[in-house]
Amino acid sequence: MGRKLDPTKEKRGPGRKARKQKGAETELVRFLPAGISAGAVQTAGKKGPQSLFNAPRGKKRPAPGSDEEEEEEDSEEDGMVNHGDLWGSEDDADTVDDYGADSNSEDEEEGEALLPIERAARKQKAREAAAGIQWSEEETEDEEEEKEVTPESGPPKVEEADGGLQINVDEEPFVLPPAGEMEQDAQAPDLQRVHKRIQDIVGILRDFGAQREEGRSRSEYLNRLKKDLAIYYSYGDFLLGKLMDLFPLSELVEFLEANEVPRPVTLRTNTLKTRRRDLAQALINRGVNLDPLGKWSKTGLVVYDSSVPIGATPEYLAGHYMLQGASSMLPVMALAPQEHERILDMCCAPGGKTSYMAQLMKNTGVILANDANAERLKSVVGNLHRLGVTNTIISHYDGRQFPKVVGGFDRVLLDAPCSGTGVISKDPAVKTNKDEKDILRCAHLQKELLLSAIDSVNATSKTGGYLVYCTCSITVEENEWVVDYALKKRNVRLVPTGLDFGQEGFTRFRERRFHPSLRSTRRFYPHTHNMDGFFIAKFKKFSNSIPQSQTGNSETATPTNVDLPQVIPKSENSSQPAKKAKGAAKTKQQLQKQQHPKKASFQKLNGISKGADSELSTVPSVTKTQASSSFQDSSQPAGKAEGIREPKVTGKLKQRSPKLQSSKKVAFLRQNAPPKGTDTQTPAVLSPSKTQATLKPKDHHQPLGRAKGVEKQQLPEQPFEKAAFQKQNDTPKGPQPPTVSPIRSSRPPPAKRKKSQSRGNSQLLLS
Amino acid sequence: MRPLTEEETRVMFEKIAKYEKIMKLAANISGDKLVSLGTCFGKFTKTHKFRLHVTALDYLAPYAKYKVWIKPGAEQSFLYGNHVLKSGLGRITENTSQYQGVVVYSMADIPLGFGVAAKSTQDCRKVDPMAIVVFHQADIGEYVRHEETLT
Repeated sequence: MGRKLDPTKEKRGPGRKARKQKGAETELVRFLPAGISAGAVQTAGKKGPQSLFNAPRGKKRPAPGSDEEEEEEDSEEDGMVNHGDLWGSEDDADTVDDYGADSNSEDEEEGEALLPIERAARKQKAREAAAGIQWSEEETEDEEEEKEVTPESGPPKVEEADGGLQINVDEEPFVLPPAGEMEQDAQAPDLQRVHKRIQDIVGILRDFGAQREEGRSRSEYLNRLKKDLAIYYSYGDFLLGKLMDLFPLSELVEFLEANEVPRPVTLRTNTLKTRRRDLAQALINRGVNLDPLGKWSKTGLVVYDSSVPIGATPEYLAGHYMLQGASSMLPVMALAPQEHERILDMCCAPGGKTSYMAQLMKNTGVILANDANAERLKSVVGNLHRLGVTNTIISHYDGRQFPKVVGGFDRVLLDAPCSGTGVISKDPAVKTNKDEKDILRCAHLQKELLLSAIDSVNATSKTGGYLVYCTCSITVEENEWVVDYALKKRNVRLVPTGLDFGQEGFTRFRERRFHPSLRSTRRFYPHTHNMDGFFIAKFKKFSNSIPQSQTGNSETATPTNVDLPQVIPKSENSSQPAKKAKGAAKTKQQLQKQQHPKKASFQKLNGISKGADSELSTVPSVTKTQASSSFQDSSQPAGKAEGIREPKVTGKLKQRSPKLQSSKKVAFLRQNAPPKGTDTQTPAVLSPSKTQATLKPKDHHQPLGRAKGVEKQQLPEQPFEKAAFQKQNDTPKGPQPPTVSPIRSSRPPPAKRKKSQSRGNSQLLLS
Repeated sequence: MRPLTEEETRVMFEKIAKYEKIMKLAANISGDKLVSLGTCFGKFTKTHKFRLHVTALDYLAPYAKYKVWIKPGAEQSFLYGNHVLKSGLGRITENTSQYQGVVVYSMADIPLGFGVAAKSTQDCRKVDPMAIVVFHQADIGEYVRHEETLT
């Protein structure tokens, strides 16, 4: 430790030690020439994931001067060129994190006569200023034009300024360069100037009313900012525009900064072979510095640094763990595969999520791991063998070929190929090589894959019926839009992912509006969660039928038996309460409830009611009659009474006639027989009932009672009709609010509306 | 390559039988698209000899009758595909005969691979430190070194 206090020993070289020993700074201050800035960031021991941030920055330090101008925001490096030997000693007292070091790099030149603690305080204030608090003060003080920022101009002013308030070197208010100058940013932009300008503009835009320069519009500032950001962080225009839409300005800068730095290395314990505790111990013995990943993960570990290559330890080779990003663990946790299930992983390479699922399932059940890229499949095979996963079949199909190849899975995981805007820190090329076409192409592919994935799920699975869709992208086109598309096209709904952190997905974005359930999806960002950008959505499939959308907006469901069970219980439930003396209203409500899923039913009700009235009972309003009339109409194309709608109704009903006739027969029988009559079905009944219908108007009272009784019994039949209509008309997406209640028996239902609707519906049916 | 012992053969077929259910499901997938199923134990050569892969290690290791433990320093060397020298030998099962198939472990009881004993246990005691005591056959380092040939 003597070295630390030795003032005469100069800190030389790029090594970490040279930078680390801050104790010597206090002595060295005496030896420092004016203008030396302490830009280096220390990596004092393990500070958690931040040390990983620091590491890359620290590595940049050793090269004084030249390249630092390009990469580092620390302008002092200029000064440091002259004192290359001593650069290492400039270490600021600011060792906390790199982000602080970036913001007001210009400050550091003032550090000449300050103690490290004062410098730290200044940096702190600088940071606060960057948050906009003190920028405004700065900006309003001077009227001068923006000058060239020189390292030396700063210190004197700053030191004069109220002790401790100021941070910012340049005190002149930011003035937007004249329009002409805006365009010619070309040759060798001074990055420090650009950076400062970025901060200035962000500060101004934060408080635009007060700080704007007269005569310059907001969009001018935004344009300038966009250009500067593109220059400074090396982004293409398109992507930067997208990011500006997604994030508010302060977050945008944080996001861009976070993309410059890699995320911490994380790994996942393979519980098939070892426990996290044992693995952590073994790795620590090898010289790896790690910690548990967080409360939300029972198998994750984060690696701060390691003296051995973490991807080549004997534990790794023995399959005790897998290197996996933290955000990649989340979709599997959301999917929650159970033992003995059949899972499909549509885009599995390189196999991290597949193996996680296998370990959650304890090697039971079957996983079908598929990927369209043969090269990457080799890594899947290698990883799965290494990790001891035995319940997996690996296949090489285009994901869109499912479920033709094989379907009926309990759960499906779709980690769709995407534009990669969430993992820019891993692949900086994304900054520039993505444009509108790429995003749309990705979105199109994702939609196709998602539909295939949905079709591969078995909705009637006892334990499953779930699908998780995830991407490592943050654009709305690839995430919310795709999910919304699937909600419209298939019988699925979104369910909570089970992840209690993360940002909710958007329900609206610029001009688009998405389904409100999108709030249950989750977004993750590098700058807020310190993991790769990610999006996760969990679907539940509630019906195996595929809706076929027609020309209109309504969707008709193809007939399957799946629908029937759904409908019948409803009717049964509703029929019970119907057993009341004066349950007319109630029965009507029940009927309405039962017929809610069917759009056409309302019109039919009204149309039918009239028909029913004429045919069946005197009570025009009683819903039973409506119901019964609906049945009757199909078999009896009688245009009785308000038969305007009836032909149409009957047209519709005719298609269902086989079913309905039987149910109608029952209805008729019930009408004739006392409640709880037998369900014998004879065609002969039809005619008597018809005659009865004509007679019924005379017998108001009795049929009323009977009608009710009949009605109650007819209710169970309605589901059949409903089901039939459902199949034709609507996807069973839950009860729809009742339209005009047919309860108002005495009044004719609003003819016009229903008429048009019924016409529309009938057209749908017939088309 | 070495012939399987009887025990190993039995073990292998037992394990294979467990894959029946998975195999039936895999039958749906056409041959050219099926990349891998279950665990690959090894491959048959053109002359119909069976070459055991390191991927079979998990299954065979628990049943190994003859084991060799190597010192931590020699681990890396073995994982790179080198033979085991006497200087790296930690422990060896008693009564190992020469050219017996063995499973190589680290001192932490992690199976590292397969080998063939170059010397019997008795001879191992007598031989000089630079002599080879276990011939390398397969090791888990191949997961990283030979990823392409694993399947």
